Amino acid sequence: MKDMTIHNNTTIALNDIPKLNYDNFMEGNLGLLSEKPERHCVLYFGCREDELLRLICCLADDETHLIHISSSLVNPSTVLPSFTAQNANFEKFERELHENFGLKYADHPWLKPLRYAYNRLDLSQTVENYPFCQSESEELHEVGVGPIHAGIIEPGHFRFICNGEQIMHLEIQLGYQHRGIEQLFLEKKKLLERTTLAENIAGDTTIGHTTAFVNLWESLCGFTPDRSLSFARTLAQELERIAIHTGDLSGVCTDIGYQLGHSVYGRLRTPIINFMQEWSGNRFGKGLIRAGKINYPFTPELAERLQAILKAYEPDFDEITEMFFHLLSTLSRMEKTGVVSYEKVLEIGTVGMSARMSGLNRDIRTSHPYNLYGSTIVHEPILKHHGDVYSRVQIRKQEIKQSIGYIRTLLENVPEFPKTENPILTAGGDIFVLSLVEGWRGEICHAAITDASGNLIVYKIKDPSHHNWMALAEAVQNNEISDFPICNKSFNLSYSGHDL
Amino acid sequence: MSSNIKIMWHQGKQYIPDVTTAKVPGIFRGRPVISTVKVNEDMLVDLCPTHAISANPICIDLGKCTFCGECAILFPEKIFFAKDCKLATNQRSRLIVREGEDQPVTLNPNMVRDEIRRIFGRSLKLRQVSAGGDNSCEMELNATNNVNFDMSRFGIDFVASPRHADGLVITGPITANMAEPLERCYNAVPNPKIIILAGTDAISGGIFADSPALNRDFLSRHTIDLYVPGNPVHPLTFINGVLSLLRK
Repeated sequence: MKDMTIHNNTTIALNDIPKLNYDNFMEGNLGLLSEKPERHCVLYFGCREDELLRLICCLADDETHLIHISSSLVNPSTVLPSFTAQNANFEKFERELHENFGLKYADHPWLKPLRYAYNRLDLSQTVENYPFCQSESEELHEVGVGPIHAGIIEPGHFRFICNGEQIMHLEIQLGYQHRGIEQLFLEKKKLLERTTLAENIAGDTTIGHTTAFVNLWESLCGFTPDRSLSFARTLAQELERIAIHTGDLSGVCTDIGYQLGHSVYGRLRTPIINFMQEWSGNRFGKGLIRAGKINYPFTPELAERLQAILKAYEPDFDEITEMFFHLLSTLSRMEKTGVVSYEKVLEIGTVGMSARMSGLNRDIRTSHPYNLYGSTIVHEPILKHHGDVYSRVQIRKQEIKQSIGYIRTLLENVPEFPKTENPILTAGGDIFVLSLVEGWRGEICHAAITDASGNLIVYKIKDPSHHNWMALAEAVQNNEISDFPICNKSFNLSYSGHDL
Repeated sequence: MSSNIKIMWHQGKQYIPDVTTAKVPGIFRGRPVISTVKVNEDMLVDLCPTHAISANPICIDLGKCTFCGECAILFPEKIFFAKDCKLATNQRSRLIVREGEDQPVTLNPNMVRDEIRRIFGRSLKLRQVSAGGDNSCEMELNATNNVNFDMSRFGIDFVASPRHADGLVITGPITANMAEPLERCYNAVPNPKIIILAGTDAISGGIFADSPALNRDFLSRHTIDLYVPGNPVHPLTFINGVLSLLRK
């Protein structure tokens, strides 16, 4: 197949993306993925060109560190063969194309609404009448949960089909959080507005999504960030990883009913996010990451402070972790609960922790490095092989320790932060750019296309949850319904990042 | 057992003894203070991503402000954010901070309904609804009950069912897809009941205010008892806000 390869955060002229006829486009992309676990689809989306629709497919190759791009111009009213029938990686991408542009597929196995975007084509499909999978059996019963859940979490609906206590099938209906972010990126023209939007895609991944946006925006404007900016973004990302992973361990303890773990991990998260507060004035780092500048330089005093915080954090973390990972009562709830096999994660195409839990090595920090990854920090992904709750919890434990190590490496050489002024950033015309970031959940992908005068005409956002929700549905199959909360927490996927 | 006690001992005292006087560590962009210095007002107004700043006189609407702090960085002689974390009030207009005024944000005591203090003064159970919230406000509301902030000590708790609740705490800009579930949840709460809006997104829609994907009709049909600004709300802002509503 004639395709083109680029690196993370490099721009290409829109016209250089090869245009293929749909058959070659489909055969070529599926061929590239066939029998190649190191390759997966990071983004597949549509862009209107007059009456036609241009489909653009981006496949990442983790070994060559390249991203293959190709496109095809189709008429949205023709019926097409689906990619999904042969490769489930494309399941959500094609549902999105169907929902937003009305693309029809002859053989898509699961062509249901995805997020009920306000600008979807068929407004008769509403969030109230989602076509759930149902069973005729008199032996089985259904359990509906949500959209509003018992805890303080985001909304989404889970529909279980159960045989007694055992879950036979889980279907997850999302879309309740849809705020129309991708469209707002096009309508809001000011950089600060767009940065604020990026910060609010998923508040638990403020640093991850905002870094993806600013890296993309700087590439689009031909601006090369100096070491201090890359340093701040890398450091903030590892802090975010520690904070959220610690909070998740607390959450898993809650769902097991292990009160001591819940309290200790919960309070250990506090000094980390309070450090974000000290540095940036916000516990989640909102306001910290900016394109071309930084409003809150990282000072040697902050470095000293952070060293002290980590020094106090580590022994307390190790102590409770030693306990938590050796109690029979906690282990028996986590081991062999919510298992997803290597074959299954490969089939679904999960990313980040939800891939590494089953031995599938997917980590953008190694495969498509950005900021200080690949230079100051040479990342070694942490892999587990059982794909159960225990594997997911172990990854968090080890990644926290790893991130602490990375932060100490970073702090050995804190760059001088020059006084920043508002740089003049002008986006280039007729450009395509793609930015990948490894957030704490996994791979975040932002992509943009500009018109001849540099205006955004497409802005695409993909949270790792886009791929990973299906893994949760797989994980709970044949488990008891009472284990659903712990399975859900061990994934901790984003509703707002999915619904946009 | 002995190692459990050792772990507990090693945690030391984590709770904040008095949340009403506690200070947020480090820098905190709380209540803005606007000086009467003359600056390029058009530039200042144009700067704000959520149109929270208006001119003649220069005002900042805390219900729209995302507390990004950009205005204080570019116009340091005009605006600075004080560390004051008590930002909640029951009257929407009291969230507007004017230039030259350096007053704390307070409740309007005349607007607090009688039954609130009488019935909920010593026990308030809340049901939280995220309606397009980005999960940062939700995490901060969870944090109000962790070992540091420990809001339950005041008899204020989040409960699982609206049937057990005395009111709703809404986060997020209220998406069209959540409008119906939110209304149904409100209807399931027994009377008398209160509504608290937590965070900039809930109060004004924040950065999403112009999005056609929202449906904020709920707010025009019901009385709001407390507005808690922040992006996200800080746990101290929330706890102090609710306490000021419940107690004199």
